[in-house]
Amino acid sequence: MIAYLLRRLMWAIPTLIGVNLLVFTLFFIVNSPDDMARAQLGSKRVTQEAIERWKADRGYDKPLFWNSRAQGLARVSDTIFVQKSARMFLLDFGKSDVGRDINRELSQRMWPSLALALPVFVLGLFAAIVFALVLVFFRATWLDFTGVVLCVVLMSISALFYILAGQYLFARTWNLVPISGFLPGVDAWRFLVLPILIGLVSGLGANVRWYRALFLEEIEKDYVRTARAKGLSEAAVLFRHVLKNGMIPILTGAVVLIPSLFLGSLLSESFFGIPGLGSFTIDAILQQDFAVVRAMVFIGALLYILGLMLTDVSYTLVDPRVRLQ
Amino acid sequence: MNAFQIVVLGSDFLFALLLAAMAVGIVFAFRREHLRRTWRKVFAGRTAMVALVLLLVYLLVSVLDSLHYRPALDAQPGVNEMRRQYATEVFSLLDLALTRLRDSTEKSYSAPFAAYLYEKQMITEPDGSLRRDYPRLTHGAAHLADPNAERAGDIGLRALQGVVTGGLVWLALFLPFALIAGRKRGETLKQSCRAILRGETVLAWDAFAWALLLVCILVAVLAFLSGGYHVFGTDAIGNDVLYRTLKSMRTALLFGTLSTLVVLPLGIGLGLAAGYFGGWIDDLIQYLYTVISSIPYVLLIAAAALMMQLVIEQHSEIFNTVASRSDARLVSLCLIIGAISWTSLCRLLRAETLKLREQDYVQAARCFGVPSLRIMTRHILPNAFHIVLINLVLDFSALVLAEAVLSYVGVGVDPATQSFGVMINGARGELAREPVIWWSLTAAFIFMLALVLSANLFADAVREAFDPRARTLPRRRLLRSAAR
Repeated sequence: MIAYLLRRLMWAIPTLIGVNLLVFTLFFIVNSPDDMARAQLGSKRVTQEAIERWKADRGYDKPLFWNSRAQGLARVSDTIFVQKSARMFLLDFGKSDVGRDINRELSQRMWPSLALALPVFVLGLFAAIVFALVLVFFRATWLDFTGVVLCVVLMSISALFYILAGQYLFARTWNLVPISGFLPGVDAWRFLVLPILIGLVSGLGANVRWYRALFLEEIEKDYVRTARAKGLSEAAVLFRHVLKNGMIPILTGAVVLIPSLFLGSLLSESFFGIPGLGSFTIDAILQQDFAVVRAMVFIGALLYILGLMLTDVSYTLVDPRVRLQ
Repeated sequence: MNAFQIVVLGSDFLFALLLAAMAVGIVFAFRREHLRRTWRKVFAGRTAMVALVLLLVYLLVSVLDSLHYRPALDAQPGVNEMRRQYATEVFSLLDLALTRLRDSTEKSYSAPFAAYLYEKQMITEPDGSLRRDYPRLTHGAAHLADPNAERAGDIGLRALQGVVTGGLVWLALFLPFALIAGRKRGETLKQSCRAILRGETVLAWDAFAWALLLVCILVAVLAFLSGGYHVFGTDAIGNDVLYRTLKSMRTALLFGTLSTLVVLPLGIGLGLAAGYFGGWIDDLIQYLYTVISSIPYVLLIAAAALMMQLVIEQHSEIFNTVASRSDARLVSLCLIIGAISWTSLCRLLRAETLKLREQDYVQAARCFGVPSLRIMTRHILPNAFHIVLINLVLDFSALVLAEAVLSYVGVGVDPATQSFGVMINGARGELAREPVIWWSLTAAFIFMLALVLSANLFADAVREAFDPRARTLPRRRLLRSAAR
């Protein structure tokens, strides 16, 4: 197991190098630092000195790969590639283009993100499984049919509508919760209720439908027939046998997402003014803060790869037939 | 007829390319019995047929909106006829059809069917004195002398006219169709109509006919009503919201389909190559898609789109008009999404090719010395094509939804482009006002839901018909086990 994980870890490195190169190409080859400076400084009639100053302040004035003016090892290390891109492997993201320390922001903003994303994830998983099982229990009746239609309708509505409508109804019209904002500590729950609820509803349709399909596939199997043949009630068959086996694909599909929960949700956070990583990213995109976007892309990939590894581990935990070699 | 100059924007060209490819695909499928049989299964379902009607309406509007031209400016006297000047603004055939709607702008917000503006303004009375009140709209309900008394009756009358006209148009469409369909089976017109409307045909033509009737009536009612009112109100600068929604359809459709042009060659080519050749080619392609798919989707699109935006901004000499700039942004966004989302198709095709490669007929072809490329195109691709098809129709609705999100994130289409995302984005501030401005959001909601819902339903029908695994789970058996 340990050996397998180590090998997987080794495999993650080339992928991360690829991600790093891709990000580097996008941000430094497609556009030169001059272009970025011009976009940041706003107008087209900006002077060359202002551009140079902007680049020097942020360390973008170095050569891309090879610094011929430096000595020794600095020829390679004192370049944009090493300073801005390769450094991310050490989880050192440097300063954002507006001068804030990205690492500090990350460690502060991670927790509000998690406070929103974790309940949405756990409750969403639970709700989707329950609803899917209910639909499977009443399969091929009008209840099942209506449920599936409802799922498709829920799926077809943009998440933006849920947020806008939820904010309008619960916060503005009925005054149940504050419209937006955030408080640290326990008081945060008042601000989090609505975004969590909306996150739940907007993800429900697709998940219920998917899980229902998984469970339906499961109840066609032989062991289910055996369970029924020995006289178990339909509820016992569903909850004791089908649920357990059906959980394998569901859990492993969900485990991938766990590390990415740290990233938070782009939309909810910025709509509800929650100071998490999602709103951090959106603000960076809107302000064209390239350093932050670069860092978030890299972290996103890192967390996703971590999620894949967790998935492998979770396979062995829930399904003893799987052995990691 | 005024002179005009035909303009082909980048997206128009790509859209035409896509439609041509679709037409080729339809002819191809129609000529092959096994494909025809599967498609028949799709269209035997009522939901799929209704969805199809709605999708066709959206397609029609988008096609009309993709034929662009620049009208000639009025010739100055004494200027040579050959050196005619053309307007810098680009119009489409849809604009031409909706000229009235486009030109009937108000000063600011106005509610649906309103006769008065949303806000109070200073009004100059005929005697020269000033008064602060809600001014009458210049176009909405302007034909009524006393809006409060006459409006309800007028709306009812127009709606009735619309229903009757819609019904007549439907009859004009339906009767020839029924006649032709009936002649094939040797029925009279009456018999054929009855067979279709009662759902006795193999395909669900009854659903098609009823949905068409509904669409005809809706369109006619909307047309009659918008002759005198703003059916969905007006937006902040007084543009008709219905007009904006209709223009948004093209953006949504292009957004959902244009990326296909990148996904298909990359996904199919690399997927087949990885599965068929194996070895280092497989390793390389797998590495490529692992790298791309390990970056969160929205983040990667945002990063790439941010960079494309920069490129477009820096090269203002190429993209010199507003239309070409916003078009470039739309196209580049679609291409970026395509360049990112080929990975899932590639992975699925690779797995399928690995299976198909070991089949006897492929082995036989290899023994006969058929070249690899030919084996892949003639023997493997046709047998894996259902995966491509399912993947494409499933992606469509997700992309339409993504457009709105990307617009909000700030990396969507140009704000000058009409799109559902831009409309929803604007609604955020409108909902905070008092009294609340709900109509833009509602209009975007209805038209977007109709599109995405019908796309989802159609995609389900296609998947059910084409996916061999779905066939192992027949409806009948489910019904029986439920009736126990």
